[in-house]
Amino acid sequence: MNQTETFGPIGRRQFLRAGAAFAALAIAPIKLLASMVRPEGAFQATTVEATLAELGMQPVESSDIVLETPNIAENGAVVPVTVTSSIPNTSRIFVMVEKNPNPLAAIFDIPEGTEASVQTRVKVAQTCLLYGLVEADGKLYMTTRETKVTLGGCGG
Amino acid sequence: MAGRIRIRAQKQGEYTEVKALMRHPMETGMRKDAAGEPIPAHFITEVAGKHGEKVVMSAQWGAAVSQNPFLGFRFKGGESGDEVSVSYIDNKGETGSGSTKIR
Repeated sequence: MNQTETFGPIGRRQFLRAGAAFAALAIAPIKLLASMVRPEGAFQATTVEATLAELGMQPVESSDIVLETPNIAENGAVVPVTVTSSIPNTSRIFVMVEKNPNPLAAIFDIPEGTEASVQTRVKVAQTCLLYGLVEADGKLYMTTRETKVTLGGCGG
Repeated sequence: MAGRIRIRAQKQGEYTEVKALMRHPMETGMRKDAAGEPIPAHFITEVAGKHGEKVVMSAQWGAAVSQNPFLGFRFKGGESGDEVSVSYIDNKGETGSGSTKIR
């Protein structure tokens, strides 16, 4: 759009395009779903303990959560993670990376009818524990697994 | 600026498996560029997956999700030919979306 300012009079087509872009910005939703409330404090927390305190729940260890991560990640920038819960009424799945600057990486809401299993890829700054947490019936459960990182996740 | 999402939905028994690949830098805000200037944070904050109009997956992400993020999940009730879509919004208010039909 800067071109229109630099290169003389705005053509009709460019003007329309700029207008459309502006309109799209103006009506862009601030939230995708009205029901989502982002726990900003938890995402900003810098330790696992502080994150859990922000979430207001203390987890108990559970063997009903399967956390699949590589034992050794050659590239910490792209570490595949799968969390699968067989705990009844699983409503949310959390992924945390112990030694990242902000441990909380992702929260997944699991509606009725959706399998309590999610796959994603996260950055892991250094060798540490990955946490798979599951919320079910208002209680928090967790399992952990260590991933060794040979090349850090911050690409710096 | 709306980003495209590559998405695949495949029926597997009673479940439909959805795989979505988004194109996004997922900048943490903690990196510096070659000149030593901080690169501003730019990452997806919310993702929603829908089967028709029904929300079958929603997620909130931090900057620790990898660049060009991948999301995989499975839901019940999908039929071949049904539309499945995934969309995101990032911390700058930019959105992206993609849709496909269940195979």
